[in-house]
Order: sequence, then C-alpha cells, then structure tokens
Amino acid sequence: MKKEKDEDAPKRQAIREQIDENLKRVYTAALNEELPDRLRELLEQLKSKGLDKGGSA
Amino acid sequence: MTAAPPASFADPRDRLASAIPKLRAFAISLARDSTKADDLVQDTILKAWSNIEKFDPRTNLDAWLFTILRNTFYSSLRKTRREVQDSDGIHAASLSVKPAHDGRLAMQEFQRAFDQLSPEHREVLILVGASGFSCEEAAGMMNVAIGTVKSRASRARKRLAELLHLEDGEDMFSGTDGATQAVVMRTAVAGF
Repeated sequence: MKKEKDEDAPKRQAIREQIDENLKRVYTAALNEELPDRLRELLEQLKSKGLDKGGSA
Repeated sequence: MTAAPPASFADPRDRLASAIPKLRAFAISLARDSTKADDLVQDTILKAWSNIEKFDPRTNLDAWLFTILRNTFYSSLRKTRREVQDSDGIHAASLSVKPAHDGRLAMQEFQRAFDQLSPEHREVLILVGASGFSCEEAAGMMNVAIGTVKSRASRARKRLAELLHLEDGEDMFSGTDGATQAVVMRTAVAGF
C-alpha cells in the first residue's frame, strides 16, 4: 500500500511543518541554556584576548 | 564604544566568543550530553583559534566553526561507536510516543524521538531545519552533495515522523489499532 497520492501531500506538508517547528524549539532551548562555568571563562578569555594571539605555533 | 570595523578587516578571532552559544546548541544536538557538548565547543574554539589563518574571511564564520565541531564530533565518535550504539539500543527500548489529540507534540516527547535518530540525521535536521543554514551551506559543512543533504533531511524527517507515529494512516487516529479506532468511531457517532 504505497501512498504517493496528491491528497497525501497536505498531510505530509503539515507533518513537516510540525517537525521543523519542534526542531526549532529543541535548538532554541539549547541555545538559551545558561553556559557552564568553563565555557563562560573561555568566553571571557576570548573577549579579553587572554589567549595569546601570536603564540599558537 | 567605538564603531566596529568592517568584518573583512576585523580579526575573526574577535568573533569566536559570540559563536559559543550557537556552537553549544549544535553540539548538544549532536552529542545529546552536555559534558560532551561542552568538550566539543571548547575543542572547536581552541582549534579555530590556532588555525584562524585557514579561515577565509569572505565566508561564513559560523559555518566554518560548525564544520570544525562536527568533524571533531565524528572523529571521536568513530573511536567510541560501539559504546554509542549500545546506549542507542537502551534508549530505543524505552520509547513509546503518540501524538497528543490536537496533533501538537509535547516538547519532551519530541526530544525523546529526536534522540533516537542517528547523529547524521540529527545533524542534518538541526542544520537545515533549525539553525537556518541553507542546504548549500549544510552540504559544504557535511562535505556531501546538496542532493544528499536534501534526501538525508527527508529520510530523517520520515524517521522522526515514524517514531512519533505521525506518518502512516489517513487520519489523526493513526498509530491506534483497529479496536481502538472502532471505539473512537462509535464515540464520534454517539456524539451526534
């Protein structure tokens, strides 16, 4: 029972939209999580140029 | 505060800090474990810092950083693949999800189903479905053809729909068995 009929297209589209909406929620939730201390420290180091720009070699 | 110089003249290392939240969100989607995700972000930033001369400033810095992160993730995954598959098996055994009656999914249910996907499927869905990259940009990051990105995204959505019991059947009662459906039908008829 393969169904590739046109009448299924709106349903597939609706499922796709529902999935993408939820994907955005998952991603945004992760994006809004508070950074752990070690990443905040890394971020502060980067902002204050605490990492040595010349000395990577 | 002074005006920022044009991006092409600015040191791209100055823009690494602002990419950290995005990188972490992507890393969590891939690794499903915040400690591993934080390791990935830290490794990515350090690699980017020490290889900054390899970044082409005419291109998208986020895409470059995401590429470093996913390459780091997959190279560590190759070393621990067996372990990861075991944990997937445990996850899969505990999964049973049905859509709510209004068709909207609870966040937690969706998250559980998303976690069942392969890393490759999670990756493509986050890149093209959530983080706003084009298929072309995703193809560059994943080092595959655009057509591969599209077909992989399509398969990943289909798999997710299956896990959520959204895909098969003609109506909103898909995923319920015949007896349940009969009861639902009777109830619906009785309502009139």
